[in-house]
Amino acid sequence: MIDTFKKTMAGIAAAACFSVALSARADTELTMYYPVAVGGPLTQVVDGIVADFMAENPDIKVNAIYAGNYNDARIKALAALNSGEPAQLSVMFSIDIYELIEQDAIVAFDDIVSTDEEKAWLDSFYPSLMENGRTADKTWGIPFQRSTIVMYYNKDAFRAAGLDPENPPATWDELVDAGKKLTSADGSKWGVMIPSTGYPYWMFGALTMQNDQVLMNNAGDTTYFDAPATVEALEFWKALGSEHKVMPEGAIEWGTLRQNFLEGQTAIMWHSTGNLTAVKDNATFDFGVAMLPASKRRGTPTGGGNFYIFKQTSEEERVAAMKLIKFMTSPEQSAAWSIKTGYMGVSPAAYETQQLQDYVKEFPYAAVARDQLEFATAELSTFQTGRVRKALDDAIQAALTGAKSPAEALGEAQATADRLLQPYR
Amino acid sequence: MSGSLRHVYGWLLLTPAAILLIAFTHYPTVATLVESLFSRGSAIRPSKFIGAANYEAMLDDPVFWEVLGNNLWFALGTIPTSVALAIAMALLVNRALPGRGFLRLAYFTPTILPMIAVANIWLFFYSPDIGLLDNILGVFGLPGHNWLGDPDTVLGAIIVMTVWKEAGFFMIFYLAALQTLPPELEEAAKLEGASRWYYFRRVVFPLLMPTTLFVLVNAVLNSFKLVDHLFVLTKGGPDNASNLLLYYIYENAFSYFDANYAATLTVVLLVLLAIMALAQFFFLDRRIHYR
Repeated sequence: MIDTFKKTMAGIAAAACFSVALSARADTELTMYYPVAVGGPLTQVVDGIVADFMAENPDIKVNAIYAGNYNDARIKALAALNSGEPAQLSVMFSIDIYELIEQDAIVAFDDIVSTDEEKAWLDSFYPSLMENGRTADKTWGIPFQRSTIVMYYNKDAFRAAGLDPENPPATWDELVDAGKKLTSADGSKWGVMIPSTGYPYWMFGALTMQNDQVLMNNAGDTTYFDAPATVEALEFWKALGSEHKVMPEGAIEWGTLRQNFLEGQTAIMWHSTGNLTAVKDNATFDFGVAMLPASKRRGTPTGGGNFYIFKQTSEEERVAAMKLIKFMTSPEQSAAWSIKTGYMGVSPAAYETQQLQDYVKEFPYAAVARDQLEFATAELSTFQTGRVRKALDDAIQAALTGAKSPAEALGEAQATADRLLQPYR
Repeated sequence: MSGSLRHVYGWLLLTPAAILLIAFTHYPTVATLVESLFSRGSAIRPSKFIGAANYEAMLDDPVFWEVLGNNLWFALGTIPTSVALAIAMALLVNRALPGRGFLRLAYFTPTILPMIAVANIWLFFYSPDIGLLDNILGVFGLPGHNWLGDPDTVLGAIIVMTVWKEAGFFMIFYLAALQTLPPELEEAAKLEGASRWYYFRRVVFPLLMPTTLFVLVNAVLNSFKLVDHLFVLTKGGPDNASNLLLYYIYENAFSYFDANYAATLTVVLLVLLAIMALAQFFFLDRRIHYR
């Protein structure tokens, strides 16, 4: 008993000396906030990458602080900055960019990079992942945990309905036709579910892009909520429930949709690639993953988190932060991150690594999101982004629940957005 | 001890409580009031004094009125039901019956659970088709319903869950009060031939009034300050059909970063709560019999 106690104490003492030695060697200390939007064990993955980085760069010490979901991470990081606590970089929602610029909280990467090699590095990522990180001709965010929407479908249900399981619907019309065959008359099985709580504007971004219409301009000061193609997209979404009867009417819950799919209540669901690993682990049936169907073209918004560097940082801290970001978005780390989480590799080079190529060979659905990037657009993001997004969310839900017509609801949302964005034009 | 020294002692004894009260209650209240008179600031456009403009904007804000209405219905739906249920449950488990301890525990369990956990459980109760509620309806051959996705049922669904969560908590107070009632009263009532209902209405209920006042104050406060479940269940949707005042304040402060408008709404909340607390203490208190 005493012996164990002594050993433990000795161990603690040794560990203390060791960490003192480590921190004595660290010249630069970085504090990084990061969110995890899809649940627990991912924090260990991030902490693991950070530990690898510190082993390679003994002169830099990184405190990686897990800060909850995207909203919490932004609140905590901004609160820390306001109270004078140190924070040099953070992973935050890619769509927070205008808010962060308006608060004068972040610095553009163009102002930090110096060598040609670093400038080339800025262009090494998938262009569609950079859309949410670039405005006013500058790069403010570097993609890290990024996703898109994909279509998950139940191959067993497709076979039972006499549909080809290797040929999922590729257009809106095919989606409706397949949905009608997959929906049972008693309402126990549905053809399609597109979630409309949580992030309705995100799903809607996919439908509008498929109808060849974006929701906002790159300057973040104009929205196109009442454009004819936007209204048409919302009419189609509503019609899936009210007219074609292939989707339940009313709002469909984001949080329980995966469970609905896993229990066979719906044969097709649109959801984040972030669910890929969970569906793979829990599906008791043969499932497939495909790109979203097209109306005039294919389309999806990207989503997820970017790296930002804060303005209140010293020269050395910025250099160290750049080193860390480069490490975490390097092809090898990005590939490992993608395999462990289902998030996408952020650069073409990540998909060329042996690791990710082997994984894609074994599990081809891991590449669907990448292939879809070609058709991807930015996620809805403007100045006053919270309010503008909420106006659109409310309009979508009002239309889907039948409280207002799509044209009426979107017209009101556009008027709200115009009023909010007027001062920024 | 001289008189002046006694004053010093008095103040010293009050200081710890006074500091806490000022730091965490009075100062924030005043600061909120001041904030509500300024415009939203950013690095580019600093905050400036705008008088009552925030309040004018609030009166023009349709979401504010909807949220206020929702909160009223939420209060009307939860308070009387949970108090009535609490009294009924307390009367039931106050009697000698087998498994009484177990029953008391069962009634109290929802109170022990955190609201977030409760909401996560009920999210699956309410989920269409696969949820517990729709499964039960299915047994009777009734069709399922999208309880949280329909603006007409979402507030009701949240009220039911809140009553389930709250009633057990209030039951504990009533149970404690019931045990202090002298048994002679019941014996006397029996000897006089009073019915059970008459005994409850004329003897028990009036004697429980001090507890009822306490519970009512708590219930009213909770109906305005309990919004944890909205984060999990609906986020105020669909289309603000389940949005409550405090959640709307949160949205303004932390999703829209408009601390000043959030402060304006907070002032409204404070005024509402103050009016209700005063009304309860001044009007209801007179009609309560304290022993």
